[in-house]
Amino acid sequence: MNFLESIWLIPLFPAAGALIMLLFGKKLPNKIVSIICPGSVLISFIFALGAVMQLSGLAERRYEKILYTWLPSAGFHMANGDMSRIGADWGFLLDPLSSVMVLVVTGVGFLIHVYSVGYMGHEGGYYRFFGYLNLFMFSMLTLVLGNNYLLLFVGWEGVGLCSYLLIGFYFHKKSAGDAGKKAFVVNRIGDGGFVLGMFLILATFGTLRFTSVTEQAASGHFSIGDPVFTLIALGLFVGAMGKSAQFPLYVWLPDAMEGPTPVSALIHAATMVTAGVYMIARSNVLYTLSPDAMAVVASVGAFTALFAATIGIAQNDIKKVLAYSTVSQLGYMVLACGVGAFGAGIFHLMTHAFFKALLFLGAGSVIHALSGEQDLYKMGALKNKIPVTYGTFMVASLAIIGLPPFAGFFSKDEILWLTWNSSVGISWLLWMIGFITAGLTACYIWRLVFLAFFGKSRVDHHVEHHIHESPKSMTIPLIVLAVLSAIGGWIGWPAALGGSNRLEHWLEPVFEPSHHILAAGGHAAELAASHAQEYMFMGLSVAVACFGVFLAYYFFLKNPAASESLATNFSGIHRVLQNKYYVDEFYNKYLVEGFCKGGGNALWRFDSSVIDGGVNGSAWLTRLFSRASIWWDTWVIDGFVRASAFAVRVLSYPVRLLQTGLVQGSALFILFGILIFMSYFLLG
Amino acid sequence: MFHEHILSIILFFPLAGAILLMLLPGGNTNLIRWTANIIGFAGFLISLPLVFWFDSSIGDFQFTEKVDWIPSIGASFSLGIDGISFLLIMLTTVLGFIAILCSWSSIAERVKEFYVYILILQAGMLGVFMSLDFFLFYVFWEVMLVPMYFLIGIWGGPQKLYAAIKFFLYTLVGSVLMLLGILTIYFWNHSQTGVYSFDVVTLQNLNMPLNLQLWLFLAFFVGFAIKVPMFPFHTWLPDAHVQAPTAGSVILAGVLLKMGTYGFVRFSLPMLPDASRDDRIVTAMVTLSIIGIIYGALVSLMQKDWKKLVAYSSVSHLGFCTLGIFALNPNGLTGSLIQQINHGISTGALFLIVGIIYERRHTKEISEFGGLSTVMPVYATLFLIIAMSSLGLPTLNGFIGEFVILQGAYEENWVWAAFGVSGIVLGAAYLLWLYQRTMFGTLDNPENKVLKDLNFREVMTLVPLIIWAFWIGLYPKPYFTILEKPVQKIVQRVRPDYYAAKEYVPPEPIAEANTEGAEQAAPAAQ
Repeated sequence: MNFLESIWLIPLFPAAGALIMLLFGKKLPNKIVSIICPGSVLISFIFALGAVMQLSGLAERRYEKILYTWLPSAGFHMANGDMSRIGADWGFLLDPLSSVMVLVVTGVGFLIHVYSVGYMGHEGGYYRFFGYLNLFMFSMLTLVLGNNYLLLFVGWEGVGLCSYLLIGFYFHKKSAGDAGKKAFVVNRIGDGGFVLGMFLILATFGTLRFTSVTEQAASGHFSIGDPVFTLIALGLFVGAMGKSAQFPLYVWLPDAMEGPTPVSALIHAATMVTAGVYMIARSNVLYTLSPDAMAVVASVGAFTALFAATIGIAQNDIKKVLAYSTVSQLGYMVLACGVGAFGAGIFHLMTHAFFKALLFLGAGSVIHALSGEQDLYKMGALKNKIPVTYGTFMVASLAIIGLPPFAGFFSKDEILWLTWNSSVGISWLLWMIGFITAGLTACYIWRLVFLAFFGKSRVDHHVEHHIHESPKSMTIPLIVLAVLSAIGGWIGWPAALGGSNRLEHWLEPVFEPSHHILAAGGHAAELAASHAQEYMFMGLSVAVACFGVFLAYYFFLKNPAASESLATNFSGIHRVLQNKYYVDEFYNKYLVEGFCKGGGNALWRFDSSVIDGGVNGSAWLTRLFSRASIWWDTWVIDGFVRASAFAVRVLSYPVRLLQTGLVQGSALFILFGILIFMSYFLLG
Repeated sequence: MFHEHILSIILFFPLAGAILLMLLPGGNTNLIRWTANIIGFAGFLISLPLVFWFDSSIGDFQFTEKVDWIPSIGASFSLGIDGISFLLIMLTTVLGFIAILCSWSSIAERVKEFYVYILILQAGMLGVFMSLDFFLFYVFWEVMLVPMYFLIGIWGGPQKLYAAIKFFLYTLVGSVLMLLGILTIYFWNHSQTGVYSFDVVTLQNLNMPLNLQLWLFLAFFVGFAIKVPMFPFHTWLPDAHVQAPTAGSVILAGVLLKMGTYGFVRFSLPMLPDASRDDRIVTAMVTLSIIGIIYGALVSLMQKDWKKLVAYSSVSHLGFCTLGIFALNPNGLTGSLIQQINHGISTGALFLIVGIIYERRHTKEISEFGGLSTVMPVYATLFLIIAMSSLGLPTLNGFIGEFVILQGAYEENWVWAAFGVSGIVLGAAYLLWLYQRTMFGTLDNPENKVLKDLNFREVMTLVPLIIWAFWIGLYPKPYFTILEKPVQKIVQRVRPDYYAAKEYVPPEPIAEANTEGAEQAAPAAQ
């Protein structure tokens, strides 16, 4: 079977699942739903796997399948005055980059679907949940497989919608509805930048097709540092900031934890939030042509990584800790892209998908066991009560802090090492930030581990005896993800340790042009450095991670009093961290209340009093004028008429006396008249 | 016979239907309802042959019919359509039927008169889009006001008289100025050629001096801008919408507003090309459009009345349409025309949504609702799809229109596009907030707990619009094909050199001299 021919079907299987849920879901028993929806994703995974295998056999390792012209062009002038008539296709592109993405999305997606069968089993709206989840898979697969920016944008907005629906799944809760709306609107702000970036791409290259844009940009006709690339790259990056939760547009992601936990794992950790990183990697040539934009990307990524990690340390909600951890890890990926280490960024995206999905699903299993409890200070000593969850969670926690040979080690280490060696002017500072963040990461994750699984139990009494391990449908995905978190990084085993970094080589065709550009501009990472340097960096990473774990151990397990006294001694800092630097409060006050609501209200008053007042005022003036006219008409014009009538009446008074109406009288007058006439003639 | 006179048949069919209805006994409301619905549906069916017969490769008007009407002044009964009017006619026949269908149970008094007025209105609107005679156009344009006035004034809400009179007078003021404009062109043409003619094609090819064009543009502008409505001439719209019965709102938003934008595209641009591309005019029009987009969205955000919110969102959406028109390039115009159809679909459907809940609860206060998706899941789902279509989610229609308009705006000035984009962000804000306040949350109002979900008829009023929304969103190519020629004609008239630009050829890659050296320096090459 030719799987490459049918890559366009990959997004359609889950779409069909979603459509079935929309039309008949209500009538279907849960059992059927649990077959159709995860099943559709499994079929997609199989098709994706087949297609990737066949792709690896192609010489060019690129396959494009165009279905039809989706948005034709009416013809437009480009920036250079030429006319372009190229439209956007509904077409799909499978290349090394999208193949990594499509496998991660369908693979992790399938596991999370299976997990949800157990997790959501007792919830109302079961079919609705799976319908949304399938719709999400459709959108995400369209995003990663689309062959042009506009189709990517279809998926981009589609995942936003599904995120909105799934965050607001418990729609009777106001906070859930608020969080969903916030996610959508903040993402829309990012999308604004993305759309402008697309317009500039159209104006520059006349097309939105990835292959054509890349070819033209790398053709050598454009010089490095051309401002047009800075604008394109930054426009697109605003979109990435929204989707991949970078500062200052990260605020929606922590709130998104209002959704069911499998949603947090799938959408807000493993797949959707990495879309921004994917998009930057996809546009790698455009980014490398603008060193300024790269510096911005790297700085935002590094700052976000550190910023979110510091918040993560002070959170007490298990999902909030993981949410800020996700923001922080996304910062790493963006940092990687910013220093030109696109391959490392995608590598970390993949390993992060494994261990972060696992952390979230593990957290879900903990919450499930504790009948919905999410406060870390109401947990403790869970390790023997839910052993599978505990074991798998440990693997993930080791993976995220980057301990060899777990997955996170290889990807994070590659990022830090390439950051140090990058040509960005402040590479040492970026490395430093990444390095400190690594320590913080170890600290907050192990704080979570120690508080939840070790120490004394602080579980509420009535919850205590309900604690139970989760059903098989939940634990099996955990185990599979644990295996992936443990060995998934080996695919990128670095040469320094005797490996061959297969992933890097697999992705090479996609990132090759940008490596050329970096080299041509003298911005290539100077990797002449020996393996010795690489070993040193590995050692440093491991050391800082261990130090972080030790801090967590000391403050949250061995000597909890110390952490409390630390919190009281530095209560100011603690409060700021716990309140997430008051960024939400700031946005709420100035943007939501101030600009939107305040502005809306002011304009509404302006509209009803001034503008409509003008309309009503002119009506009033018309009426006034009309009344004045009536007065004028009644008293002046008609007055004149009536006055003249009156005058006639007065003047005619004597004559009227004669008009008695009696026939005799009239006859008498006639007689008089005749007499007068006769006498006139006779006497005249 | 059918083929040659198809336009007349489409045009007079609703009138014939209205006469038939008048002959029926007034007491038998069910008979009247059935008849009216059948007439409405037949009106749509009769317009369907156009879809098959319309030839989008022809740039000129098609299906033309011309009969002398008042020869002494040069007025004739002249009909004909191009791609622009073709799409608007289809929109009118579809929405006309849906407006009739949605009134089945909401109109209980003076049923016969109601349907008669709707059918007359339908004929008036079709006439506006078909007329190729300026005099005939003006007659239809004015005739249409009367049934609408009665629809609002008789079957409207508590302040119906105020709203009806405001609507009538406000639009009339505009129309009168427009009439002055028409007469000026008419007499100018006579002074040049010695012929009295209202023929649109003739008048589209005049070359009037710029100064005269500017004055005429202003006269037309007042007429069209009030109808659109553009900021700051929009305040009749919320009142009319809030007071009008659902059917009235659907037609008002769906079709009537499009007459303003249609007027700009059909008359202002081709008849007054020099004025239309004049910097002052373009700047003014674009500024008003952008103000409309952002202003309408912000004001919508703060509305407490569901229907008023949708009404103000129209101001914002129509701002996109006028922005696209005055980008004066193919993308802007094509996008604008598609967006006009989109607005008819999405906003028409949003008014149906409001009407459905108003019929059940007799209130439109947003704060009265909350948690409706628990009791009305079908309603909530359809509302969500429509809200998404209105806020421009890709794969639905709104996105296609907005994207193409903004691309057209970007081509002229990136600042225009940047402002337009901010309108899209706000669009998401007010619609999602509305959705959250009505559909999400707890169902705490006891009156809402007993609400019934949609019945089959109500679903059927929404489904055609949703299917249409997906069609435009997923496969908009036919629309681009239909609009290509007429848009090209307008652009050519307004900017004669636009199409002179040479075709873009992607540059050939320059072979790199030092490829190997570069490869060695690349980080991943190991």
